[in-house]
Amino acid sequence: MSEQAARSVSGAEPSSASLPSTESAPPPAPDEGGQGARARLGGGGLGRSLGLIVALLLICLVGALTSGDRFLDVDNVLTIVRGAAVIGVVSIGMTFVITAGGIDLSVGSVLGLASVWATTLATQAMAEDVHWVVMVFTGVAVGTAAGIVNGIVVSYGKVVSFIATFAMLIAARGLAEIISGRGTQLVTNDGFDDFFNGSFLGVPTIVWMFIVVAALGWVVLNRTTFGRRTVAVGGNAEAARLAGINIRRHTVYVFALSGFTAGLAAVMMLGRTGAGSSTNGMLYELDAIAAVVVGGTLLVGGRGTIVGTVIGVLIFQTLTNVFVLNNLSTSVQALVQGAIIVIAVLLQQRFVVRARST
Amino acid sequence: MVTADPPAPLLRVTNLIKHFPGAKALDGVDFDVRAGEVHCLLGQNGAGKSTLIKVLAGAHQPDAGQLHWQGELATIPSPTTALDLGIATMYQELDVVDGLTVAENIYLGHELSRGGLLRHAEARTRTRDLLRRLGHPEIRPGQDVGSLSAAGKQIVSMARALSHDAKVIVMDEPSAVLDPEEVDKLFHVVDSLTAEGLSVIYISHRLEEIRRIGDRITVLKDGRTVASGLAVAETRTGDLIEMMTGRRVESDFGGTGVEEVGEVVLEVAGLALTDVFEDVSFEVRAGQILGLAGLVGAGRSEILETLYGARPAAAGTVRVHGRPVRPGSVARAVHRGIGLAPEERKSQGLLLDEPVYRNITLSTFARFARGGFLDERAERRAAEEQITALHLAPADPDRAIRTLSGGNQQKAMLARWLVHGCEVLLLDEPTRGVDVGARAEIYTLIRRLARQGTTVVMVSSEIDEVLGLADQVLVIADGTVVHEGPTAEIDEHGVLDLIMEGTRI
Repeated sequence: MSEQAARSVSGAEPSSASLPSTESAPPPAPDEGGQGARARLGGGGLGRSLGLIVALLLICLVGALTSGDRFLDVDNVLTIVRGAAVIGVVSIGMTFVITAGGIDLSVGSVLGLASVWATTLATQAMAEDVHWVVMVFTGVAVGTAAGIVNGIVVSYGKVVSFIATFAMLIAARGLAEIISGRGTQLVTNDGFDDFFNGSFLGVPTIVWMFIVVAALGWVVLNRTTFGRRTVAVGGNAEAARLAGINIRRHTVYVFALSGFTAGLAAVMMLGRTGAGSSTNGMLYELDAIAAVVVGGTLLVGGRGTIVGTVIGVLIFQTLTNVFVLNNLSTSVQALVQGAIIVIAVLLQQRFVVRARST
Repeated sequence: MVTADPPAPLLRVTNLIKHFPGAKALDGVDFDVRAGEVHCLLGQNGAGKSTLIKVLAGAHQPDAGQLHWQGELATIPSPTTALDLGIATMYQELDVVDGLTVAENIYLGHELSRGGLLRHAEARTRTRDLLRRLGHPEIRPGQDVGSLSAAGKQIVSMARALSHDAKVIVMDEPSAVLDPEEVDKLFHVVDSLTAEGLSVIYISHRLEEIRRIGDRITVLKDGRTVASGLAVAETRTGDLIEMMTGRRVESDFGGTGVEEVGEVVLEVAGLALTDVFEDVSFEVRAGQILGLAGLVGAGRSEILETLYGARPAAAGTVRVHGRPVRPGSVARAVHRGIGLAPEERKSQGLLLDEPVYRNITLSTFARFARGGFLDERAERRAAEEQITALHLAPADPDRAIRTLSGGNQQKAMLARWLVHGCEVLLLDEPTRGVDVGARAEIYTLIRRLARQGTTVVMVSSEIDEVLGLADQVLVIADGTVVHEGPTAEIDEHGVLDLIMEGTRI
């Protein structure tokens, strides 16, 4: 009896009083679609990516106008994407860490460490005996291990990721210097060299690697339970924990992923430059964070975009290229990069405020 | 509405309008506040109360409408202007700064200084006077605010309002974080303030509180004034609810308990959490609702969280259907069919910017996945079923859950565990922040779940809610169980007496 009474109450759609915007609609519910769509998140994301694409095209336009053929030359375009590939792979891992609400400052020096470890005499000798894949495996394993250490310190040691990975930044660089004796270790394996300097369908191998990593990153972030957990942990760690998600374990996975991409990037860099050095990847953490943030991933976590990160990387790389072609100093370039970051974050804040007030 | 009254209003607001992109927050609000009165603002969530407060506090600028202060047309372009006029606001989310002292908090933004140097001693003396005036001399000016209870922080917030020589103090749901006893103290303070000639604008959706301290009432609905200046004593509760919701509500808890109860589902024996509670034992059968009553801080929420594995138990066992649940692991508890709708829905339960359907499937999305790949269509379908069954409004699975009202957010929390299919549902303050109209629905829902065989353990600060909804009640005082028995055999006074007897003061 009383249930009937309450049912009739709920039948009258009582709680639509929640939102003034839906109030004007006639009482029963099924006509909400149009208004709900505005509050939907996907639309905003696409719009934001479009904005980034427009920004990238504008930079390309400037390049084409100021340097004309030299900019549009196929070799030049390949230079841009080849440069983007290494930092791009690092940024994909960084996107996951930032989406999960953390930061990984160690990626640059972990890259350096992995590049050194993969080119020691011992590793290269073993590569000579077995296969050059040994070097790839070593670099990736070193990166992943460093990432796991980061993850354990952050999640089980309860050290904020900024500090934990900052410590790793210093320590990994130090270890790399010890191993290499501050020297440059040349890659002697021809098979390795041939593979990473080769190309397929006219596109360099390392660019293919970036494409594959980015595509896999997109799938993992948007289409897998791993990605959903990452967003949940970054959006509200306590809610994720109380929903039954093991946030500590997941945090370790996310940092391991970032270490993995840093290790892979180290191998790609070895292919490009042919030398392992403790100075490889210097300040890459800042480039990666800049690309991720400009791409639209929220620095506070809970929302990440792989497409944005890829475009963010391309924006900075193209910008560098345009500056180099026009013989402008790296100082001016740094100034412009700084401005771009601030503008992107300002736009991001406006976006967040709007999303919350609607 | 109100015509020719003897005392000229201190504050009069006419036809206030405020738009936000895509929403009309205020759509014609009129009301006036007289000196020395407690004026209650009543309305459901989303009725425009918060926006109105922010306009009065100078935090939002109205798009149209007039505001008269002491008979003269005024504008409030900034929070500073509001304070200069004499309008001080105590926000719902306590706006005191932990880590600063009580005195520093009270004079934050208008520090007492001479020649750029802070006058600590002066600030402390004045703070002491203010706290004495509020009847709380036990709070020391040099104390860290972080060490105070929610009630203490509220007193600090009120002292800050007084330090601005406020003539009107706006209190936004001050009782939401307080125990019944603390609410009594608060009302005492409000009485003494109005006796001094100050006015209070009191926002609440607890009608019984308004009955106790209010002089006049203004009811808001959908950003409009439905009625203004109603004398509290002459207005019937049913009429107020009707004005707020636009319909009649029977204030019941969804009927009587089930006649037949099933087997024992949840067995808790000797459960303890260091320094919080000890030796908590009880059994709940399928289809039963067990209510935990007690003061805030008595250990009620902690009992639920320990059952759920979110806190490490110091001792004791938890069994579901006779099989022990490993302590200290949420994942294990969830796996064994225990679900929790936490007290702080927003900070502990929801991903506010994520769509409704993802919040509903937060505990189950892995179940819809194949080989780690999400099946969002299946997820959405499961969520949509619940949205329909629970009458979630708006019925849009893709809307960010932040935009839903408290009642609908709570329904989404319940829906999460319905999708999961849990056997034991732990509800911590299931109707906090839920407005009157939606409460009845939540009650019905909880009842229905129990009738379908779910075992429910709930915590509520509102004793009548525990007694109305639960079959069995467990009274907790200072971390120990002081009473256990059927709710039919005890009344509100009985529970209160038990709580008071068992609480060390």
